[in-house]
Amino acid sequence: MAHSRREFLKTTSAAAAAIGLAACGAAQRPLEQAPTPAPKPENNSAGNSGSVGDPTFRDLALLALDAAKSSGASYADVRISRNRNQRVFTREHRVQGITDRETFGFGVRVLVDGAWGFAASRELTRDEVPRVAKQAVAQARANRASLVRPVVLAPVTPVANGSWRSPAKTDPFDIPIEDKVALLLAANESALAVKGARFVNSAMFFLKEEKTLATTDGTYAVQTIFRSQPSVNVTAVASDFSDFQSRSSTDIQPMGRGYEHVVDADLVKNAARWAEEAVQKLSARSVDVGRYDLVLHPSHLWLTIHESIAHPTELDRAMGFEANYAGTSFVSPPEKMLGSFRYGPEFMNIQGDRKQEGSLSACGWDDEGVEPDEFLIIKNGVVNDYQTTREQAPWLSWWYEKQGKEARSHGCSYAQSWADVQFQRMPNVSLLPGEKEIGWDDIIADTERGIAIVGDGSFSIDQQRYNAQFGGQLFYEIRNGKLAGMLKDVAYQMRTPDFWNSMDMIGGKSSYMLGGAFNDGKGQPSQSNAVSHGCVPSRFRQVNVINTGRKA
Amino acid sequence: MRRVRSLLAGAAPISRSDAEAIAKRALSFSTADEARVTIDGAVRGNTRFAVNQVSTAGDDSDTTITVNSSFGKRSASATTNKLDDEGLRWVVETSERLAKLAPEDPEAMPELGPQQYAEAKGWSDSTAALDAAGRVAAVRSITDPARAAGMNATGYLEANSEARAVATSKGLFAYGRATAVSMTTTVRTAEATGSGWAGAAHSDWSRIAPAALGSRAIEKARLSDRPAAIEPGRYTVILEPTAVGNLVQLVAFALNARGADEGRSFFTKPGGGNKIGMKVVDERVTLVSDPLDPDAAAMTFAGDGLPVKRTVWIENGMVKNLAYDRYWAEKQGKEPTPLIGSLRMSGGDQSVEEMIASTQRGILVTRFWYIRPVDPRTILYTGLTRDGTFLIENGKITRAVKNLRFNESPIFMLNNLEAMGEPVRVSASEDGSPGFAIVVPPIKTRDFTFTSLSDAI
Repeated sequence: MAHSRREFLKTTSAAAAAIGLAACGAAQRPLEQAPTPAPKPENNSAGNSGSVGDPTFRDLALLALDAAKSSGASYADVRISRNRNQRVFTREHRVQGITDRETFGFGVRVLVDGAWGFAASRELTRDEVPRVAKQAVAQARANRASLVRPVVLAPVTPVANGSWRSPAKTDPFDIPIEDKVALLLAANESALAVKGARFVNSAMFFLKEEKTLATTDGTYAVQTIFRSQPSVNVTAVASDFSDFQSRSSTDIQPMGRGYEHVVDADLVKNAARWAEEAVQKLSARSVDVGRYDLVLHPSHLWLTIHESIAHPTELDRAMGFEANYAGTSFVSPPEKMLGSFRYGPEFMNIQGDRKQEGSLSACGWDDEGVEPDEFLIIKNGVVNDYQTTREQAPWLSWWYEKQGKEARSHGCSYAQSWADVQFQRMPNVSLLPGEKEIGWDDIIADTERGIAIVGDGSFSIDQQRYNAQFGGQLFYEIRNGKLAGMLKDVAYQMRTPDFWNSMDMIGGKSSYMLGGAFNDGKGQPSQSNAVSHGCVPSRFRQVNVINTGRKA
Repeated sequence: MRRVRSLLAGAAPISRSDAEAIAKRALSFSTADEARVTIDGAVRGNTRFAVNQVSTAGDDSDTTITVNSSFGKRSASATTNKLDDEGLRWVVETSERLAKLAPEDPEAMPELGPQQYAEAKGWSDSTAALDAAGRVAAVRSITDPARAAGMNATGYLEANSEARAVATSKGLFAYGRATAVSMTTTVRTAEATGSGWAGAAHSDWSRIAPAALGSRAIEKARLSDRPAAIEPGRYTVILEPTAVGNLVQLVAFALNARGADEGRSFFTKPGGGNKIGMKVVDERVTLVSDPLDPDAAAMTFAGDGLPVKRTVWIENGMVKNLAYDRYWAEKQGKEPTPLIGSLRMSGGDQSVEEMIASTQRGILVTRFWYIRPVDPRTILYTGLTRDGTFLIENGKITRAVKNLRFNESPIFMLNNLEAMGEPVRVSASEDGSPGFAIVVPPIKTRDFTFTSLSDAI
């Protein structure tokens, strides 16, 4: 949710701004990264200290688990991660920066008498591995002093030799840097050719993480994860400096794909359109406050789903564990919500998964060795389940028993890096399409008076996820089933259950689209999670719209 | 460089001599026209607690090296945490390979030569020595009284020791180290019908009193139980220092001169240019960044090795300086002025109690949350009150009220100023990290815009 102060201080604006908004939590420790064995000069790593599949990893991982067990741990897991990222960012005719980062290290998590401990180091050596494992055990013993509810883990089916890779067709680190630079500068030229477009920032971000997980349950899994995001932001300034307006490339969302995602984004052609839209915003009419029917595009609605459905159905929040920062949840307590709380209309179904092709949270196994499943969080409009880890699933065993199911984790354990402890993070949380095959144009045609909103913009929601306010990129007045000109200074305010219960039309399968963010923030220290949200265009009745324009 | 460590204690962050040796080694591999090496070392420890027990904790240490290489006006950077010769060669070669492929940057600035720096003030042994057992003891001084009071305490303690070095191929070398610690807690009543927060941050752990934070949060939770609904609208507000910090730091984030000169900032002057020399807030308001501020210390050098000096941003309500990077400063004929993670606001002599006593009808705010930009033209943000929001009537706090969403600008807020108290260091980051080092007073201000009510507790 927030851009991190630390990141802010390090990069001072331009770089961070060009990379895009954080969708949800907060301080993002900058990801620091690494490569693989080297097919091309572009893709070589900082030496031969090992990579996915390195046989020495297995020995060292087992060494960590043995050290933890012999020191008294009842359970332990070790994650070894090599993480590389690359950023290229530009403004107008110049490249502002090209950065290539890699980080390598390991973290050991242990359970001692029902208390957690975690320690991490960048030195994967035969001396350091057992030292870190013992440090984690000693820390768990210290933590045990405060114990009132020992941790119990749900069962898991171990995978002895797991292997998984993102469905990336082209490794972004194989593409020469000059091609990336040329594409971004061409997109900038295309934007600046539009009269009135004064400034343009563009950027590419790529991540490749190779991680190895070993647990005392017998899991050993290696995974290679890719993420890619191209982005453009165009600013138009009024000739008398009385106004400025920006348009971000929110129709291009970050994906768990390779360089093909950048190619498919067609930045040069689209940049001209984004520039035209930024200029149009200068002369858009300032909105009249009031209640409107809202038609929300998937490039906008994904963020509303993220904030008002995905966060409040995290089980740790519902149980009060995140009260000090991310907050608790109005979907609480679970025993009063599961099977009875009406979140929205009968045709509203919300799915959690880490499987959708190209989605940001897709993986083979989560960070404690659970193979994620598909599960309905909201079923026919009613709360049906929560997002869980192995520690949390047993908290709902009464609910699962009622349905003749064993309490099993949904595979929502994740850590942003080797140096951070894993905890419950949201999977992809998506609004499933309606049965009727209708789309954006059909919903607008059916709307008498309303506002259509495209793209995600400003966002804010309270700590229990009741009261939210969202802006957007583009706002169009709808009159008698037609778009009737552009509006500006638009934001809508909502109370979550009222808002979702006002939904009366949703698109069909062919209008489904994945949005998402790299930097969903939660936890202390705040960790970034990458997550996608699939959805369809949808209509909401009589939503409160405010005007955000004030004169200085 | 390995040291013998106790099982609980982390290592110290990289020393000056180790950093200098690694920087020299990396620069010795450089074939670029110019190069800059940045080394960041950190030893971090944290303990989380939830519902009256420790939930998770973490201890880690890391050191990274970033090399920025330039050939003429072409440059790029690479970063690794592998510090042996193999890693150093990789990071130098990668940055050079990328730099050669980069287009020429018309705004490229040469690296700096040797500089003089003031000695940094931000290190505290008491923070560096705080280990996992010490953290648990601090946590229990909050959770034990909360449990005894029948309430649930959740919170976070983070203590970091960090070192940074910058070296250039032109002979510049800067080194500094700093500690930072923060502790925050949110206490909720058993039925979750009331919530209270308290928190603190400093470079020095001995300046933070965990038990006092706990009792303050417990008291606020009790007072905030079962809040009443009120009409949103414009209110006189009394903002506790944390709430002031939440909003005043947003002004610092907007102080960029280039954005103002380009016409896309609040600090753009109508008709063109920027607002330096113009009055923008109440004349009692002064905002200063000083790396040697004992309560808001920062590194005494910027990322490129430029010395950081005390800078007055706003003086008696008037814009005195904006932040200039070296390129924009040269182009505009100004001194380069970096923005740093330290800010102090002027204060006054009124206590919060006196502000309450002089208020006929108003709202007392403990802190704000989910603060996000809405309109950069006015530095307008939205967000909500949280964990202790109270109605003031006829000079007294009369009851807890539901949380409110604001749509407001710190600029308007500081124009409508009625009174200020004594500035104190606060934990103003939303996530409970030590964050921006900020020293601000409690304030009373009128016509603060709340646009809707929240049912969240």
